[in-house]
Amino acid sequence: MQFYASPEQVQRDRSEYARKGIARGRSAVVLTYEGGILLVAENITTLRKISEIYDKIGFAAVGRYNEFENLRRAGVRMADLNGYSYDRRDVTGRGLANAFTQTLGAIFTETQKPYEVEICIAQVGSAPESDELYRITYDGSVMDEPGFMAMGGQAEAISNVLRERHDVSADLTAALALAAEALGSVGGENGQPRKLEAKQLEVAVLDRRRKGRAFRRIAGAALITLLQGGKDVPEKELGDVDAAPPPPAGDKPTVSAASVDTEGAEEPAEGDAS
Amino acid sequence: MARDFDPSGRLPDIFTNAGTSSFTQFLTHAAPELLPGRRPLPPGLSADIAPHGTTIVAIATAEGVVMAGDRRATMGNLIASRDIEKVHPADAYSLIGIAGTAGIGIELMRLFQVELEHYEKIEGIMLSLDGKANRLAGMVRGNLGAAMQGLAVVPLFAGFDLSPSDPAKVGRIFSFDVAGGLYEETGFDSIGSGSLFAKSALKKKYRPGVSTDDAIRMAVEALYDAADDDTATGGPDVTRKIYPVVMTATANGTHRLTEAEISAVAEQVVAGRMENPGG
Repeated sequence: MQFYASPEQVQRDRSEYARKGIARGRSAVVLTYEGGILLVAENITTLRKISEIYDKIGFAAVGRYNEFENLRRAGVRMADLNGYSYDRRDVTGRGLANAFTQTLGAIFTETQKPYEVEICIAQVGSAPESDELYRITYDGSVMDEPGFMAMGGQAEAISNVLRERHDVSADLTAALALAAEALGSVGGENGQPRKLEAKQLEVAVLDRRRKGRAFRRIAGAALITLLQGGKDVPEKELGDVDAAPPPPAGDKPTVSAASVDTEGAEEPAEGDAS
Repeated sequence: MARDFDPSGRLPDIFTNAGTSSFTQFLTHAAPELLPGRRPLPPGLSADIAPHGTTIVAIATAEGVVMAGDRRATMGNLIASRDIEKVHPADAYSLIGIAGTAGIGIELMRLFQVELEHYEKIEGIMLSLDGKANRLAGMVRGNLGAAMQGLAVVPLFAGFDLSPSDPAKVGRIFSFDVAGGLYEETGFDSIGSGSLFAKSALKKKYRPGVSTDDAIRMAVEALYDAADDDTATGGPDVTRKIYPVVMTATANGTHRLTEAEISAVAEQVVAGRMENPGG
């Protein structure tokens, strides 16, 4: 039998349902550092929470896998469609964030069950100030985050650690140490911090110095080295990238739809980050 | 752009459904007008309405492959372009060269580039080299209608095989016919109007296991021979400093020879021909 429920009550119930679902899972953090944007998720499975959307744009998500995977595919399709019909430079993080916010907003108001996901769209710029981080929540609200964000699990507590210590001029080793510490600051027994190991983490960076596709995964030996405080691993050993990266290269010719990192004629100038 | 736009602002279903990992298959639903081979053509032969790209050569080396293309595009008896680029990377480890109607060829190549990257991003893993070649064959097949009216385009595909069945064969070359037939070539291949001469030149010079540097020289020589006997193929243009586009694909990824590298090779070849015009 159907009882009356006020719209406010319905929305509140949906919100609570989605929030609970998201808080049950493990967390992810995204933060800017001197060399780019670091994306870290606590993830012991091979199912990915972090992935590449386009040249300068990365994606991180927490919550239900099937739901954010759905949105990720939509993001890749939208980005590739726009990049193919216009130009690679015309695909922006803001455009994707807008599409996601519309989609999640519509799902939240129109369907019985809201998506239990929280998403970050990160776009790396030439300097930390021009990086963009968008947090998109289950109800379609979108926030432009100031250089760092945590989502899923006990996101508040993790955010507090990041807020105190986040430094945009930190190098990759320091940024990863902070991310691992923040993720490990919750969930230990008796409130003790946990020490997270390489196999519990899924790590990727959007490298602002790379031309073309900036996204690289960091896994295996390279990740262990970095976690132990080792300095930047040479690019060749970063390993386990979806496509192992070719050497970066110069400006692409006009007729190609390939990324500039495959389509280059000249070696880039050192430190060039356009 | 996408059909059935949802007034709620939600991305249309075609974007979010599990569907396919193929960009072209996605386009057939989301934006079919962007696909080549879908446009109705007026009846009759239309071969001479658009520029044609000409000769491409590819050589398998000990480290991977080398692909080179001359820079000429022709329209009937005219030179439509003297600096067109017909050899491009398909992705991080493979190369594509195009011969035939330049406009359609370039569109096919761009679509193929996005296709490979799209699959890689959706699936989190690259297609195998054979998978890439089969995909390209399917795309060439889609152009059969236009090909029969004179707007034919035939690609040459070559790449470094990341998981070769035979460790000695890391560089592999695939050729196609207008009907979408796919043939793996041993050693070397050439396409386009000057291919007859380029292949004859390579036949005499090619040895299995040739080094990348030697193969680059060989490729430029072969293009010189093609330009020697075929009016539609351009030789090295030393007055304007326009040289063939030469790319390699090895374990280190794709690399396009810089202006300095290719001009050195081309000048050597030209100097050699001053002594002995037959090469």
